[in-house]
Amino acid sequence: MWTRALWLGLRASAGGRRGFPSKADPQGSRRVTAELIEHLERLALVDFGSQEAVARLEKAIAFADRLRAVDTDGVEPMESVLEDRCLYLRSDNVVEGNCAEELLQNSHRVVEEYFVAPPGNISWPKLDEKEPFSHC
Amino acid sequence: MLGRTLREVSEALKQGLVTPTELCQRCLSLIKKTKILNAYITVSEEVALKQAEESEKRYKKGHSLGDLDGIPVAVKDNFSTAGIETTCASNMLKGYVPPYNATVVQKLLDQGALLMGKTNLDEFAMGSGSTDGIFGPVKNPWSYSKQYREKRKQKSHGENEDSHWLITGGSSGGSAAAVSAFTCFAALGSDTGGSTRNPAAHCGVVGLKPSYGLVSRHGLIPLVNSMDVPGILTRCVDDAAIVLGILAGHDPKDSTTIQDPVKPFTLPSLTDMSKLCIGIPKEYLTPELSSEVQSLWSKAANLFESEGAKVIEVSLPHTSYSIVCYHVLCTSEVASNMARFDGLEYGHRCDTDVSTEAMYAATRREGFNDVVRGRILSGNFFLLKENYENYFVKAQKVRRLIARDFVNVFNSGVDVLLTPTTLSEAVPHTEFIREDNRTRSAQDDLFTQAVNMAGLPAVSVPMALSSQGLPIGLQFIGRAFCDQQLLTVAKWFEKQVQFPVIQLQELMDDCSSIFENEKLASASLK
Repeated sequence: MWTRALWLGLRASAGGRRGFPSKADPQGSRRVTAELIEHLERLALVDFGSQEAVARLEKAIAFADRLRAVDTDGVEPMESVLEDRCLYLRSDNVVEGNCAEELLQNSHRVVEEYFVAPPGNISWPKLDEKEPFSHC
Repeated sequence: MLGRTLREVSEALKQGLVTPTELCQRCLSLIKKTKILNAYITVSEEVALKQAEESEKRYKKGHSLGDLDGIPVAVKDNFSTAGIETTCASNMLKGYVPPYNATVVQKLLDQGALLMGKTNLDEFAMGSGSTDGIFGPVKNPWSYSKQYREKRKQKSHGENEDSHWLITGGSSGGSAAAVSAFTCFAALGSDTGGSTRNPAAHCGVVGLKPSYGLVSRHGLIPLVNSMDVPGILTRCVDDAAIVLGILAGHDPKDSTTIQDPVKPFTLPSLTDMSKLCIGIPKEYLTPELSSEVQSLWSKAANLFESEGAKVIEVSLPHTSYSIVCYHVLCTSEVASNMARFDGLEYGHRCDTDVSTEAMYAATRREGFNDVVRGRILSGNFFLLKENYENYFVKAQKVRRLIARDFVNVFNSGVDVLLTPTTLSEAVPHTEFIREDNRTRSAQDDLFTQAVNMAGLPAVSVPMALSSQGLPIGLQFIGRAFCDQQLLTVAKWFEKQVQFPVIQLQELMDDCSSIFENEKLASASLK
């Protein structure tokens, strides 16, 4: 089964890179490394905020690991319960809109008809540039 | 009047025995009296009174819009309501006023319903207790009921009356409490993993989760797009059917609604029970299930059997994995859905202006509570390139197995499944908060979330009071899009068990006189 081999391969390489315990580990628990924390915080743009949050993530991962026990050979992933139906597509005609003013009212920073954002070409600082869990 | 069914009140309005304005004012007054429950975040008094006025004009002309004209309803605060603050009980949306109505809200308003207000919930509907919103927890009206208080007096003396209040369950706890305390006749909740049925069982009301695709999600601030459904909370099954009839149907603004024509329906009385087959999933008999719920479940099964229905044990083999599967899919979809909250176009925005990313991060830190952040981070973990196959896709495959389990059971001739809704009756808040939100959700959603994964309709019907005087509800699960059949069975069951009315006179001292007058007025309705 090439999918299973691929899955095992992915796990092994993931384990090597991120310092996860080897497959021999009976607990199968994943340590959440500082690297992973930084990576997730950057992707989610949400911070952990405390050691407790990291512990909660570890528990969540351990909980999710239980799925491994299910045999899903030959099973297709299910995206929606309505998969055997055609999604409705309406005709490509403009039927509403012209509400720019209403929509702009909900924003905190607006200039004429623009939403104002801070400069976008400055990347989120790396972990060592930030204080760890400075925001609790 | 407030204790009556929708049809009865509608009839009373048509006959002029009561006016929409009177109804509205009584409900508003009750809302004030039951403020301790913290069921409402926003009470839209002016809006409701204006709507009542217009409804009254219609009734005077004899042009009522239907069964819901002039009827007070409440809406959970994660449905967009034009001109009325919609917060999702989160700092992220505090002060946010949507420019449009959710389709289901619009449908209610088009039928002339009076919008009493927006009800409290767990932040972004994440939780099973309605305890984690920024406006504080919702208190279960049964904490103040005569039934519960009397049982407690027998056990303990001289304890601070309010310190031991009970949770409503969640996340639509505010809606359930609002309906249970007679402040409205129907309330909208949302159901992603049991968020409508769980509080319904704890608050002794009917909680309906329609089939996925039957009711529009446009305007419902999404949690899990493939599982969310607007839920309906009422005091009796017939009322839920009336509301469903109004809300169901294709919505061009929600392409996940089915296009089959849907008409409002009435529920027939079940006369020939011999044609009915009830399934009892054996995997739902878990050790964590309280003995009281278990015995009520047994009693219900026996009731069906004694009346001539076929009651058989069935198997849903992947039940033990469904909560894990739900956990992965839910957090993954949440991670995606919460990405829209960046402070730019709406909602909270922080003061940092250094860079876009810094602004987004600070805004989201300030706007979301720990629960939401925790789920976003877990979801992002499961969606990482190296984890995608092992977790997310794996969970999607398990989802298919779970959905298939249900299909197999229904194909074997079962019409409706009968299961518990919750593990036990409502617990005191002090006990509930001993475990964190994620653990609690995993425990409490046990019987309810598999239904969301399969997209099936389900309804929680209150059955009886526990030895502590608290409501216990049972869940019926139907075939996809067979909501009418499901509700027909539920209605029969409701009539058989005659669940007692909550006695809240202590909480609403001078309201008891209103209930007295009601009895005189109701005599003329017969």
